Amino acid sequence: MADAVSPQTAPADAAHGSQGHGAGGGDAHGHGHNPFLAHHFETMSQQFDSGKLGMWLFLGTEILLFGGLFCAYAIWRGNHPEIFHAGHQHLNKTLGAINTVVLLLSSFTMAWAVRCAQTSNRNGLILGLTLTLLGGFGFMGIKYFEYSEKIAHGYRPGKYYAPKHDAAHAATPAAAAGHAAAPAADAHAPAPAAAASDGHASGAQTAAAGSEHAATPPPAATPPAVAGGADAPKILPAAVAPGGLAAQPAGAGHGGEDTPNVHLYFSIYFCLTGLHGIHVLAGMTVIAWLLMRSVRGDFSSAYFDPVDLGGLYWHLVDLIWIYLFPLLYLID
Amino acid sequence: MASISVPGAIAGQPARSKANYLNASSGFLSWAFTLDHKRIGVMYLVGIFTAFLLGGLFALLVRTELLTPGPTITTHDWYNRFFTLHGAIMVFIVIIPGIPAALGNFALPIMIGAKDVAFPRLNLASFYMWVIGTLFAISTLAFGAVDTGWTFYTPYSTKYAFNGMIPVVAGAFILGFSSIFTGLNFIVTIHKLRAPGMGWFGLPLFLWSLYATALVQILATPVLGITLLLLLVERTLGVGFFNPELGGDPVLFQHFFWFYSHPAVYIMILPAMGVMSELISVFSHKHIFGYKFIAFSSVAIALLGFLVWGHHMFVSGQSNLVGMIFSAITFTIAVPSAIKVFNWLATMYKGSISLNSPMLYALSFMWIFGIGGLTGLFLGTMATDVHLHDTYFVVAHFHYVMAGTIFVLFGGIHYWWPKMTGKMFNEPLARLSCLLLFVGFNVTFFTQFMMGSHGMPRRYYNYPAQFQMYHQISSAGSYIMGLGVILMVGYLLHSLARGRKAPDNPWGGATFEWRTSSPPPVENFHEQPVVDDLYDYEKLFWDEQAGGYVRREVPDGAARPAH
Repeated sequence: MADAVSPQTAPADAAHGSQGHGAGGGDAHGHGHNPFLAHHFETMSQQFDSGKLGMWLFLGTEILLFGGLFCAYAIWRGNHPEIFHAGHQHLNKTLGAINTVVLLLSSFTMAWAVRCAQTSNRNGLILGLTLTLLGGFGFMGIKYFEYSEKIAHGYRPGKYYAPKHDAAHAATPAAAAGHAAAPAADAHAPAPAAAASDGHASGAQTAAAGSEHAATPPPAATPPAVAGGADAPKILPAAVAPGGLAAQPAGAGHGGEDTPNVHLYFSIYFCLTGLHGIHVLAGMTVIAWLLMRSVRGDFSSAYFDPVDLGGLYWHLVDLIWIYLFPLLYLID
Repeated sequence: MASISVPGAIAGQPARSKANYLNASSGFLSWAFTLDHKRIGVMYLVGIFTAFLLGGLFALLVRTELLTPGPTITTHDWYNRFFTLHGAIMVFIVIIPGIPAALGNFALPIMIGAKDVAFPRLNLASFYMWVIGTLFAISTLAFGAVDTGWTFYTPYSTKYAFNGMIPVVAGAFILGFSSIFTGLNFIVTIHKLRAPGMGWFGLPLFLWSLYATALVQILATPVLGITLLLLLVERTLGVGFFNPELGGDPVLFQHFFWFYSHPAVYIMILPAMGVMSELISVFSHKHIFGYKFIAFSSVAIALLGFLVWGHHMFVSGQSNLVGMIFSAITFTIAVPSAIKVFNWLATMYKGSISLNSPMLYALSFMWIFGIGGLTGLFLGTMATDVHLHDTYFVVAHFHYVMAGTIFVLFGGIHYWWPKMTGKMFNEPLARLSCLLLFVGFNVTFFTQFMMGSHGMPRRYYNYPAQFQMYHQISSAGSYIMGLGVILMVGYLLHSLARGRKAPDNPWGGATFEWRTSSPPPVENFHEQPVVDDLYDYEKLFWDEQAGGYVRREVPDGAARPAH
């Protein structure tokens, strides 16, 4: 506790009006009249330390939030490595790598901005924050193109997963109810309708899964070709099932089109990158706010903690991406 | 350590003006946008108590429905919704935020001699998150109401349950973040804003328990957040995270859920134990016994609480080895819990006990928690749990623990009521109300132990006639409790209008909040209190004129026990 510094007499209202939670004071020079000192703190350094501790705790909760997802990722990948292997082949490693570089550079500019704030270098601070913000825009822009491509090709989460596969379209033109759901494919019964209704894990139920009636046979469920099921790869049909989702042994190639439940990979992909993207947006909002305040000239060596704390947050966002990139893009 | 000057004291005003935090400003906006931790605490209290009445109403509906086998007042669908709403409201909206957010918010900064929590704006934001989360959760009634039970087990919750699931889960998600931010705020406040000279072992024990609680809130709640998010995604997008048909794993949901929800039990019980330590010591007028043991046992409970979640899943397809490990760790939690109880008993031993209403609640809790804790051992033992799992025995057990904390919440409300409102309530009625609650509680739930050990499953709408007597006794007990609560609301409201003005220190407490006026001024203190032993009652003397206790300095040479 910084009780060595003389008590301050700063007016409470001035401090209240101009800073967000967690914002605190800067160096404790003992002036005791910094307008950014909130009324309930005794000294600037007490305020700074509080903000810093609070931010670290908050980052801890963020890591735990993502930690739950990482843990789930580990369990699902352990249970179904073939899904992850098949799914990741649709990601664009080049764009992912570029995004990694963009975020790393933005972390560098952020650290630079913090240093400029500490040395009262206002122009450097503004430049650093601007570049960081641009990095954020760059990242989100590339992410936008990646997402659009995935969505356009039908690699969507859950029941919206419907990969556009030319062969599939050619084979089942009537499967309007859902590309993936057309042919029933299950090992337990040769009759497709019965197979679909026994609820066995099968790609054919992808489209039906989200509905309340998973047991209802999918429409157009009477194709002549009956596919083999996951439990009986020996009885694979001569003709690969139309729709491309018949259960097959893992790693069957063809970009994983033949692996069941690949939609799970894209669900995880969108959850992880989506949650991360929300955090990037939040970080960009914070940086924009910092930029506004820097232009106004709020920050100096006497008071720079919002920059410092915002920087910590931005580094965490980068750090999470450092884990996401190999986990999602570099499975091979 | 020397005391320091107080910047909060406004120059030119007498030390004791009539201004306090309640009348310093007025109007709706002065409350809606207040950053004063005391006002935020009071708003929490009003909100939580209202939610408690709503949750209690659903409980009475459930108990009334169970008076007879088969339909009594409603259909089985609505019965399912009633017990779900009762559970979800009581757990997420009432008990988890109850003591920390309402009483803790009010008392914590005063108890460490600070002017406010570290992040007042975040504190207000937490409150509004609580409000929004609550509105979300209750809005489920408009969507047909959720009927999954408060645990939201998959795949029922994601595939089959009514759409009312979505607002409830979203509400619980938001409430979780309210809880995280409150915990974060408290940890930073306790670390950074203690009065000069107040070391960690000079803290009131309530704050040790709030600190331990905040650790759990911060470390466990984010995992619940992500779990509920996945549940929402699975529900809305048809993803199969927890659906084995689609490559997911339903047991994973249970692991995630209990990784939060078991520690959440300690979010509920730890603050209650902290209030207990204050009440027992103050009303025994005796120094707390075993300060460090109580303090460290709070932290021990918080940490061990993270390692026992698997005992909810003994019959969920967990391996026997894992079950045994979880079972063993579960037993070890009994040790720090018992340390607390024995220290409270030792504090009371040869104390000068005042049986005021807060103390009556504290003693009720000792009885109730004793039974709740010991019956937990039956459930933590794998062999007996197979028999007792999902029976009324479990229902009775967790009510003895979790609803036991409600007794401490009430005890705390009565204890700090004079400080919060500046008014005294009707003490004889308060004692009567406590008696009604205690008797009603035991009639309600002790019966359920018997019914459960005879095999009555929980959550069932219908039952064989052999259980009817138990159910009727249990329902009768719940009505007695209802009466007690109504009586309490009555005399507390009456005290606001007609209550005698409260003295600064009506009970003889030595912690800082009793050294300022009732109600406290906006900046909490007229003059910064000097840090000394907060459990030393030697300097407190009853003063007839003040109607309360006053501090008189004992000359240095006088006999004073060394602590």
